[in-house]
Amino acid sequence: MTGNLEVVTTRHNAAIDPVLSAWGWEIPVYLFLGGLVAGLLILGALYELLHPDRPRSRALRAMPFAALGLLSLGMLALFLDLAHKLHVYRFYLAFRWTSPMSWGSWILLLVYPVGFLHGLGSLDPAQRETLLARRALAPFLRPLLRWADGARRAVLKASVVAGVGLGLYTGLLLGTLAARPQWNTAVLGPLFLASGLSTGAAFLLFFRLDEREHGFVVRWDVGAIVLELLLLGAMLLGFAAGDRSAQHALYHLLGGPWTSAFWSLVVFAGLLVPLAMELLGRRRRLPLAALAPALILAGGFALRWILLAAGQASSFREFP
Amino acid sequence: MGYTRREFIRIAGAGAGAAAAGSGLASRWWGADGDPVPDPGTDGDKVVPSFCELCFWKCGILCHVKDGRVTKIVGNPKHPLSRGRLCPRGTGGTGLLYDPDRLKKPLVRANGRGGQSFREVEWSEALDRVADGLKGLREKYGPESLALYTHGYGGSWFKHLLRAYGSANVAAPSYAQCRGPREAGFRLTFGQGVGSPENTDMENARCITLLGSHLGENMHNTQVQDFALALSRGAGLVVVDPRFSVAAGKADHWLPIKPGTDLALLLAWIHVLLAEGLYDRDYVDKYAVGLDKLREHVADKTPEWAYTATTIPPEKIVATARFLAGARPASLVHPGRHVTWYGDDTQRTRAIAILNALLGSWGRRGGFFLPAQLPLPKYPYTHYGTEPKPPADAAKGRVYPFADETIASGVCDASIPGTADYDIKGWLVYGTNLLLALPEPEKTRKAIQALDLIVAIDVLPAEITGWADVVLPEATYLERCDELDAPPWRVPFAAVRQPVVEPMYDSKPGWWIARELAHRIGLADYFPWKDSVEYAMQRAHAAGLDCDAMRRDGVVVGAPAAVTIEDGVEPVFDTPSGKIELYSQPLADAGFDPLPNFTPPEEPPPGMFRLLFGRSPVHTFGRTTNNRFLSEVASTNELWLNRRAADELGLADGEQVVVVNQDEVRSEPLALRATQRIRSDCAYMVHGYGHDAPGLRFARGRGANDTRLVTRTKIDPLMGGTGMNVNFVRVERRQP
Amino acid sequence: MTVDTRLCVACKACVLACKAENAVPDGFCRDWLVEETRGEFPDLHAQNRSERCNHCSEPPCVDACPTGASHVAGGGAVLVTHDKCTGCKACIAACPYDARYVHPQGWVDKCTFCLHRARRGEKPACVSVCPTFCLEFGDLADPDSDVSRRLRERRYKVLHPETGCGPNVYFLE
Repeated sequence: MTGNLEVVTTRHNAAIDPVLSAWGWEIPVYLFLGGLVAGLLILGALYELLHPDRPRSRALRAMPFAALGLLSLGMLALFLDLAHKLHVYRFYLAFRWTSPMSWGSWILLLVYPVGFLHGLGSLDPAQRETLLARRALAPFLRPLLRWADGARRAVLKASVVAGVGLGLYTGLLLGTLAARPQWNTAVLGPLFLASGLSTGAAFLLFFRLDEREHGFVVRWDVGAIVLELLLLGAMLLGFAAGDRSAQHALYHLLGGPWTSAFWSLVVFAGLLVPLAMELLGRRRRLPLAALAPALILAGGFALRWILLAAGQASSFREFP
Repeated sequence: MGYTRREFIRIAGAGAGAAAAGSGLASRWWGADGDPVPDPGTDGDKVVPSFCELCFWKCGILCHVKDGRVTKIVGNPKHPLSRGRLCPRGTGGTGLLYDPDRLKKPLVRANGRGGQSFREVEWSEALDRVADGLKGLREKYGPESLALYTHGYGGSWFKHLLRAYGSANVAAPSYAQCRGPREAGFRLTFGQGVGSPENTDMENARCITLLGSHLGENMHNTQVQDFALALSRGAGLVVVDPRFSVAAGKADHWLPIKPGTDLALLLAWIHVLLAEGLYDRDYVDKYAVGLDKLREHVADKTPEWAYTATTIPPEKIVATARFLAGARPASLVHPGRHVTWYGDDTQRTRAIAILNALLGSWGRRGGFFLPAQLPLPKYPYTHYGTEPKPPADAAKGRVYPFADETIASGVCDASIPGTADYDIKGWLVYGTNLLLALPEPEKTRKAIQALDLIVAIDVLPAEITGWADVVLPEATYLERCDELDAPPWRVPFAAVRQPVVEPMYDSKPGWWIARELAHRIGLADYFPWKDSVEYAMQRAHAAGLDCDAMRRDGVVVGAPAAVTIEDGVEPVFDTPSGKIELYSQPLADAGFDPLPNFTPPEEPPPGMFRLLFGRSPVHTFGRTTNNRFLSEVASTNELWLNRRAADELGLADGEQVVVVNQDEVRSEPLALRATQRIRSDCAYMVHGYGHDAPGLRFARGRGANDTRLVTRTKIDPLMGGTGMNVNFVRVERRQP
Repeated sequence: MTVDTRLCVACKACVLACKAENAVPDGFCRDWLVEETRGEFPDLHAQNRSERCNHCSEPPCVDACPTGASHVAGGGAVLVTHDKCTGCKACIAACPYDARYVHPQGWVDKCTFCLHRARRGEKPACVSVCPTFCLEFGDLADPDSDVSRRLRERRYKVLHPETGCGPNVYFLE
């Protein structure tokens, strides 16, 4: 058979044809915030686990609550994406182990109490006094605080676990959808986790951290970025070694429609530039301290946006 | 997964879906709820049998009605034309019934013709106006000055009205603009046309040959069923078409012939059959006359001769001739349906008829059956008065001796004063959108402007209604009872069309309109029945049919009849010789070629393509392109152009182009389909799009109207058909 | 289900019959026609396919569904329970055949193999209407069923077997 092929189809379902567009802005926003929150929880908990004796800044202490706020924003986006919003309770009438979406909805439910206890235990005495001064809250906050303090290390470990779960799951959500060659890679879970760590770190860098906290966060950020670069490389290599659908996924990022956005926004501006700035910044204090974290956040968002769009566009219908 | 595929239907039937097998804890784990099999609930409270009118094949349908609404239409298994199945249009009747653009009230013109300005009136006023007009015509010019154009089964009441009124000018574009030449060609040869539905026994054919006929795209339910049945039984298929049609995609031999040269191929095939002695000698000896003259005539029509005209290699012509002959007599060369192509169409269909005669297929199983028909006595009407004047359907002094129906385009021309034997001064237009159906629409408009009266009876505000003085909104076929249908067919049957729902808006059935008009112009005696149901049941009763069964089942099927020579029927040929006339003395006597001769068609000028058009399976001409339901799968047409030719023009697949014909008439913009599936010397589009009537709010502005580009025709001198494939176009990028 | 591509004329009767039977909303379809042409003029080969949900043996849509709305019903048909569907669209992204869409009322919709008809012993609307007899529906495990017989007698393919989903609509060539 010669290569010439004409295909005519009568299907024209909205959001399906000619290119899948079932998921809009809500999903990358959610994936981004979810990853960022995962990063915040993990870094916050790790810092305390690794350096239990160090003092902590107010910013770091309040961060778990900020994380839950951001997560709520992400969940709002997710909720807005539902076509049948009144049925949202259905997520919690079932657990389906093959469905990352189901895992995710239960993980989200877990993140709230863990994050809350993590945050509660992080409060300094003055903050605790302020809270306990409220009569309505005091009766049940007091025992909770006592419990959170008592099981502090367990709570922190749970926070790391919940964070890792959250970060991985945002990637697995897409990574298990083998119908989209672009997402059909085991790398997506760790990749989104690494990106979540790095965006979480970048987010922290916007706040007034003490010197040691700052150093810790930057070190982890550098590590996460390096890991992310390695994982991206692994992803591309994986596509290159795969079948024709994987080859096409590679093409999307190497020559195809998402090439320039991917390489400029994600790899260059989102990873390489801030990595260089952070490495150099250790030796000489650079001005524009906020630039590197801003680039990382933008890059992290672009990564999810591009992979979501490219994934929806990648389909077996490209190979009739 | 923990299920098997065993007994799919039975398990499903045993009750709501079995346990949700698989991957985790569903909410069933909580015992909360199950997984019912969803039922869309489109089954009707009642089911009314009727027959379809989305095209003119008239398949039996079952209409599901729920809460007064038609929810779905399915095929009637008892009806011989549908056998429980439908074409896409049949399902889409609801799209017509519930078309929001339907004509809702009678309209009377408020200013000049074509001005599209109307006033809504009550029926009494509209009918009085029409009646006054009809009376005026009769007094001023005589009754023959009134013409009726009709296409659709509800037109029978108006045909009767016209006959009672005293005019023979009853015409349908389905003759001289469509299948007329093949009727004439077959009548000249076999003494009988093929009719509609055609008497082709395709189901049993072992070889089917199609010339330009794109079955499958050209959709007639039973015909396509028979075609598929034949293919599934391993029938051979030869498709002669400049376009790789859907049928060509299934063919053993696709001959991408140069347009306009089919006759050369046919003559060469005949040459091979005779030269190699492949024809049915016994059959021809017994039933045909003129073999020697035919042999002599085609002696020089060799495959090599045909090659230069057709571009089909000689060895391919020989191979296909042998292929055809190998399956005889169950080798059917299809007569086609829309065959008004080049002005020599009757002669071409004559050649098809001759070829079939040589294959011995007429009257044979797998060829052409000899149809049976239920005898259905006419309604005992008062006899019509005096014999009306012959129709004025040709220019003064011009005769088309082999026309067996009135020529619609001729009647139109005769409306331009002084051109015909007498002037046509009034038109009743029933269900036919003349501005898209007749070629040279400029001429149609000119004719309309010269009329005293033009009345349109229609369901939709088609272009023609915009030109009418009075527009009468008719109820759709789902809202009325029409004449019984008992066509000649493989099995005799009679079907009834009955109202499924009450007429919507202020629309009225055709029988009521005709009857009301008759009462107003002194012809009440000709409409003695109360309504069409009474009329139809009177006829059924007179034929001894079970009226209750007919209304219950929609159809009464007669005893199986013998319809082929193999069954024991002896064919009768209604020709002067009483035999199959390979050589036609009547043609010779009238000064025409008694045996078909090929004349090469005019070549497209450089840079231009021959414009060809065809059908979509989803639409019936322009009648259904406003049907939103059907348009879900076909909402516009495209211009097919050979990909290489498009490349040379710098045009890309999918871009918007404009087609310009030899007279600088420009089409509406449409998308280009740059494809391998067509020769590079022609362009193709589906007919029926490019509406500009403001009332057709959906169809308006979708696709291009090929009729506008048919500014030239070549008239068939035998029967007045308008050959329309004689227009050339160039293709331009749409200017932004 | 089997689709005899040699008989199919791409008339779309199946699409419209499905829309009518299942009250499929305007602008959407549960089955559709694909016309493929390979080659260069005049050496051409065409295939017409009436396509729909493949009711896979290993349905990724069911795996992706977080609520159990997408499920395998008795006999193996893949269905969506409207009341359980949140419209999260995970199943849509999971389907390699793009056979699903979001119904305007919020749930995800797709071919049901007309199981409501099958329960009454009727064939799906698309099969019943088809004027070319190219569609057949029945029990693949029953060696005497029409579908099994057709698969024994003819060369066939499924769409994208490389997905590993085990599609159950067979295209006879």
